[in-house]
Amino acid sequence: MAGFSFAAWGNDLYTGHRSYPVVAHRKRWFTVAAVLAAASILLLVFKPLQLGIDFQGGTEITVENVSTTEQGPANDAVRAVLPGEEPRVASVGASALRIQVSALDDAQVNQLGEKLADAYGIDPQTDMSVSTIGPTWGQGVSLRALWGVVVFILAAAAFMAVYFRAWRMSVAAIVSMLADLLISAGVYALVGWEVTPSTVIGFLTILGFSLYDKMVVFDKVRENAEGVLDQHRTTYAERANLAVNQTLVRSINTSVVALLPVGSILFVGAMLLGAGTLRDLSLSLFVGIAVGAASSLFLATPLDVALREQEPKIKAHTAEVLARRAGSAGGEDFASSAVVGTISAQLRPGQHLGQAAQPRRKR
Amino acid sequence: MLVPLAGLVTGLFVDGRSAENPGGASFVPGLALDLEGGTQIILRPTTTDGSQVTDSAVAEAINVIRQRIDANGVSEAEITSQGGKNIVVGIPGKPDDATIALVSQAAQMRFRPVLEVGSGLPAAAESPSPSPESTDAPADDATGSATDAPADEATDAPADDATDAPAEGAVDPGYSPNGRSSGTAVTVPAETDPSPSPTAEATATPAETPADESNPSDLAQITPEIRQQFDDLDCTAEGALVGKGGDDPDAPLVTCSADGKVKYILGPVEVEGTSITSAGSGLKAGPNNTVTNEWAVNLTLDKKGAEEFAKTSQRLYDFGQGSVQNQFAILLDGIVIQSAGITTPITDGRAEISGSFTRETAATLANQLSFGALPIQFEVQSQQEISATLGSEQLQNGLLAGLVGLALVVVYSLFQYRTLGLLTVASLVVAGIVTYLSIVLLGWGMGYRLSLPGVAGLIVAIGFTADSFIVYFERIRDELRNGRTLPFAVQHGWERARRTIYAAKAVNLISAIVLYFLAVGGVQGFAFTLGLTTIIDVMVVLWFTHPVMELLTKVKFFRDGHIASGFNRERLTLSAARPRYVGAGRVARPVVVAEEVAAEVAAQVDGEQPPQDQAALVGVGRAPLPAPATDASGRRLTIAERRAAERKAAAGEPGNENEEGR
Repeated sequence: MAGFSFAAWGNDLYTGHRSYPVVAHRKRWFTVAAVLAAASILLLVFKPLQLGIDFQGGTEITVENVSTTEQGPANDAVRAVLPGEEPRVASVGASALRIQVSALDDAQVNQLGEKLADAYGIDPQTDMSVSTIGPTWGQGVSLRALWGVVVFILAAAAFMAVYFRAWRMSVAAIVSMLADLLISAGVYALVGWEVTPSTVIGFLTILGFSLYDKMVVFDKVRENAEGVLDQHRTTYAERANLAVNQTLVRSINTSVVALLPVGSILFVGAMLLGAGTLRDLSLSLFVGIAVGAASSLFLATPLDVALREQEPKIKAHTAEVLARRAGSAGGEDFASSAVVGTISAQLRPGQHLGQAAQPRRKR
Repeated sequence: MLVPLAGLVTGLFVDGRSAENPGGASFVPGLALDLEGGTQIILRPTTTDGSQVTDSAVAEAINVIRQRIDANGVSEAEITSQGGKNIVVGIPGKPDDATIALVSQAAQMRFRPVLEVGSGLPAAAESPSPSPESTDAPADDATGSATDAPADEATDAPADDATDAPAEGAVDPGYSPNGRSSGTAVTVPAETDPSPSPTAEATATPAETPADESNPSDLAQITPEIRQQFDDLDCTAEGALVGKGGDDPDAPLVTCSADGKVKYILGPVEVEGTSITSAGSGLKAGPNNTVTNEWAVNLTLDKKGAEEFAKTSQRLYDFGQGSVQNQFAILLDGIVIQSAGITTPITDGRAEISGSFTRETAATLANQLSFGALPIQFEVQSQQEISATLGSEQLQNGLLAGLVGLALVVVYSLFQYRTLGLLTVASLVVAGIVTYLSIVLLGWGMGYRLSLPGVAGLIVAIGFTADSFIVYFERIRDELRNGRTLPFAVQHGWERARRTIYAAKAVNLISAIVLYFLAVGGVQGFAFTLGLTTIIDVMVVLWFTHPVMELLTKVKFFRDGHIASGFNRERLTLSAARPRYVGAGRVARPVVVAEEVAAEVAAQVDGEQPPQDQAALVGVGRAPLPAPATDASGRRLTIAERRAAERKAAAGEPGNENEEGR
């Protein structure tokens, strides 16, 4: 039992024996989140996301009468001309290849044609045809997706507001979810990989995961905050902080379990395969899940507390609790004195000292 | 709890066997375009009048095609424009003719009144038997330039400038469709043609029926040119039955029926296909609630369409049964697919089209009508097999990475939850099997195909699914920390965890449903995967993990909190190991005190200052009480029981307080 024990740590967090003042230091977290969000916005402005062929269209080169329909040489040829490009190569029919790349100018097309001629033994004049292609993921698709996301967010917000019976809670969840999305997008822009449909799917998954995680954490807050107004020992903020601490173990476990497979895909995708769907998807997911899980604890809950302390009832209650606590700081009220000085609101269980400690009846 | 699992498996066996041949069910899920390749269809726009095809028309056509394909299943087709004009459609697998018709047919549906009916041959010709090669949906032989394709020429024929051309008599009166004799030649002069009847006006809003509106049934519309066209039209000629669409809605139309046996002069369009709000296919209903063997397409019109239709049917009804003008033609791309007499005015905006439909053609037509007509006509320029855009090594490596990740998850959960981690793993395995079976089943039933993002989505779903177990286990541990015994901890923990799990999964499900119905293409596929895994996740927790957990509470290994069980009492109460009052007169006190705690307790006994959190309490430095007597299950003995045990011990029995068998 020597050394750090995760279970023991979990116990301490649960009982309040050990407590991290997450909610109390909320200004710090807000600052961190605001800085990250601002940095992301700056990044997105100055180094915008690069949209891939699927969004912008590009050039399609059809090569006929090829000696082999292997896709590897075409990939190499494209990378030789355009480093960092992600060509989409497919064989069409028995002896033709279809190569889709982002829009090329004539010089690049000629250069690519020479490379392809070398690789496949074709005559660039007769066997190669070049045409422009439109986006497969056109504006229509994007608009529909955006519309879907907006409706989904509204629906989820309504659901949470009804479920928690507090619209401020759903506002806190949605705001921090949007911050997650922004930060993830910022990280993606920083890495500078091309945005593909897989990336978009990844971001949608982040959206879902982030909201899901906030839901789980908030449910713990709700559970802890039940009946908070009927007592005068702890404030809403302290209850929420306890919830954060109690759910810390679960959040760590969940993020690790969710991140392990994604991380291994990211590793395999980025290290072994190079560019591709897997890499794009797993990067956005990795960042998103990590950010989402962290923000549930450090952004969403403090934000919820900050918002809900504006609620007249909770505001009055908090003031009353603090007033009572100040009044009994002398040490008369053992319950509150146990609380003063610690951020955690959890009442520590006293120690039962056995019957021997009971007052004895005189014989 | 294994019912859904068993159902899926047996469903697969039963259905799979019967549908083995049409490439249907198998144990391997269908793969999408990026992983398996498929067919690339290049559609070239054709215009009847040589006008330019605009970019916006192509974009609109892409949207319509995408909706049609999406409505057919979740196969994630790839649709793009090429060179600004052509549309390239990539479909996984090998599409059949119905699918090609689905993407390439304009599907412009219109309702026109019948003015005149004739045999499908030129008026001058003899009357041989109708051509046997007539089909209903001639999409694939769209190459031939339609010879007598009508429609566009008659652009400048408004009904008002009536030239008073009397009808010269319908050819072959006995040959009208639907077995109804069309009677003698239509000789109704235009002037006597009644305007819409009062009843129709009563139902329609007055604003929509201006008094001077031209009458679409006006026979005066049959100008000599149209008469000439009609006489010349040969419905048995090659290409005459190729749907062209693009007919002028305001002008009369000369065209053929789909089987080439009958030709028509039709009045201006009464109801446009854009008024169709929904279309479905099914077996045609017969009289007395019977179902006939005939496939039909059912249409529902919107309010405007229904009003127009009611007005029209009322007017046609007034012609009386048996009159040619009583009939009504439904045109698809300029070809009459059905004409029917009006036996009663139709006011509810529901129409049923039957004809020579098969199940597939009826479904295809319904699908096409649901999403409106293509703005331009297309012909299939080429249809070629296309390989996967992602190399097979992507899928293999992805799966390998997923397995490695899964192994790491197993290791981690075993580390975190000890033996209990095995339950997580088992639940994940069950969820994986159910998911796999569902994908296979849905691939067969709905055309669901797995793309690489889909595979990655499933791997991510491990996180979502495992979270349910983690939430559940943590709640149980919380209850154990509160001092409950395992059976009660599981009971209470489940009640609390269940609520959290349901609420959180509900959010996921909302997102899946909203995105599935609002988005298109890849996003729809994603939403589908998300919804599927969410439902399966809840099912697994509800019907596998929780029941197994309840069984485990009866196993001694877990119930007694073995050190490796994940429910070890000492591990879960390590720092809080001081005795605690847990209600009902009982005090929770570890029986075996861990080293660290023992030292701490010893320090207290020595009278040292205890940790700060005890400061407020009285009674520092008492010696710990001897462990209370418990029975085999850890329940504390009652006083009577304890005394009995003491008496037993005093009587020289070798038993002790924790004696078994009581």
